[in-house]
Amino acid sequence: MERVEFITESPDSGDGVSTKSMMLNMGPQHPATHGVLRIVLHLDGEIVVKAVPYIGYLHRGIEKLCENITYQQCLPYTDRMDYLAAICNNIGFILTVEKLLGIEDEIPERAKVAEVILFELGRIESHMVGIGTHALDLGAMTAFFYCFKERERIYDILELVCGARLTTSYPRVGGLPLDLPEDFEEKIRNFLKIFPETIDEVDKLLTRNKIWVNRTKGVAFISAEDAINLGLSGPNLRGSGVPHDLRKSNPYLDYDKYDFEIPVGTDGDAYSRYLCRMEEMRQSVKIIEQAINNLPDGPYAADLPEVVLPKKELVYTKMESLIRHFVLVYEGLKPPVGEVYHGVENPKGELGYYLVSDGTAKPYRMRVRGPSFVNMQAIAQMVKGAFLADVITAIGSLDIVLGEIDR
Amino acid sequence: MSIGSESIIDSIKSRFDSSIYKSDSFRDESTLYVKKDSFLQFCRSLKQDFKFTYLIDITAVDYLDIRVPRYEMVYLFHRFGDDYDENIRIRIKVELEDSDITIDSITPIWSGANWLEREVLDMFGIEFRGHPDPRRILMPEDYKPHPLRKDFDVRNRQPSKESFEKELKEGFE
Repeated sequence: MERVEFITESPDSGDGVSTKSMMLNMGPQHPATHGVLRIVLHLDGEIVVKAVPYIGYLHRGIEKLCENITYQQCLPYTDRMDYLAAICNNIGFILTVEKLLGIEDEIPERAKVAEVILFELGRIESHMVGIGTHALDLGAMTAFFYCFKERERIYDILELVCGARLTTSYPRVGGLPLDLPEDFEEKIRNFLKIFPETIDEVDKLLTRNKIWVNRTKGVAFISAEDAINLGLSGPNLRGSGVPHDLRKSNPYLDYDKYDFEIPVGTDGDAYSRYLCRMEEMRQSVKIIEQAINNLPDGPYAADLPEVVLPKKELVYTKMESLIRHFVLVYEGLKPPVGEVYHGVENPKGELGYYLVSDGTAKPYRMRVRGPSFVNMQAIAQMVKGAFLADVITAIGSLDIVLGEIDR
Repeated sequence: MSIGSESIIDSIKSRFDSSIYKSDSFRDESTLYVKKDSFLQFCRSLKQDFKFTYLIDITAVDYLDIRVPRYEMVYLFHRFGDDYDENIRIRIKVELEDSDITIDSITPIWSGANWLEREVLDMFGIEFRGHPDPRRILMPEDYKPHPLRKDFDVRNRQPSKESFEKELKEGFE
């Protein structure tokens, strides 16, 4: 192992005074790094001269694991990447496999609308955690409790729909595994009634809070040009004034039929990104409202015996369905030879799946373009020349999740 | 989501007639195969002349025993357009021979390529000429194999066990 000097002397700083720069190791076990992130900070007094992030502490090799299992078996692994919005990862993966199979047009309307509702719930859930923990890191504890209360409500809805709270593994290729529960609509409407009040409360606690504004305004700045050059996505890109959102630019799940705005910041600082996230949640509420009003009845899974498992009662009563069930579980679905990339606008940014199929039931190569992985690169530039305390602001405002960076 | 727009792709093809030797399309996603020698020049022009300013992804695929050349670099670029209304995507591929797995780094052109190229280096062992910081990113720095190569055995824990035992013997420093 390489030895590193903790104190390095820089001989001349221009005015004839020799200064010493100190190396400070932050993480991997640090409450404000949102996981196992390690940043080596080179400090000149309280000013950060250089920040070098080290990642990989949570690397599980999901891409390699998925090469050895069938497409359906890959689904639970996608939960474990961005575990704060597991449902968004699931839907992204499902959409990619559906694109690979070429069956996007055959997915029933009910499944699509339900997926939009769940996707936007995932966005709210992730932003609530992002803003809550960001505020907690900067000392505003109250907002954290309001945010986590709402997250619990969303978890209750997810539990109702799919039985799991955190690792949902929910939709299936071709639609939903089961029909939505009877009180789904009522629960969503209750949530839509209560949730805007919480946003307003968090808004009251933070947006004009003098300490919050002082800690975030002008901190962790990134210009629009740099943001594009670095490949940032999600609120980190829009906070710098680039109106790019995959839901508008390359629509999936019929997002082009919904009426919503893309909030864009102007300043490119932590405060601007915070405002973007707050407004995005309000827009998500708007989308869920439209979706729940237009939730159609009818089939919840496509009529594709090659891809979708037969209904349980048919498996128990009909020989053909039993065989079909056995073949699909045992052999898996077999997409044609080819390769697709599909990106979805996750809460953290663009989550892209790149699947290469060789015609067998296992993906030949599965690549995950994690938004946090690319966004994390900006940290070195953001904190250069800033105060040590601003490193915490920068990490919080980037809203990273290490499960997705390390994969 | 559709990747690629006919008119843009045709103009790129006619401009780089000599460096693009193959192109295909699957599920409305167009792919251009670029020669390795002219790749860096092609990328400069892609950013400056064709305004593909936004780099989405860099990855590689290992086609061991399936195809020659063995490795394929896969790049995905996005073009916003003047008012962020075009949103055209293009996939670029570069094939690499097993005997010479080096390619020019595009980090000087798109700074976001830095970590993505480091990940490919880590997972496939492909070297990037001109990369400012060529270190492993996810695996430990003293780790030898490249996990996403097809000849890597997932059940083989030997390399990490060896390095652990070596460190036990010699001390962790």
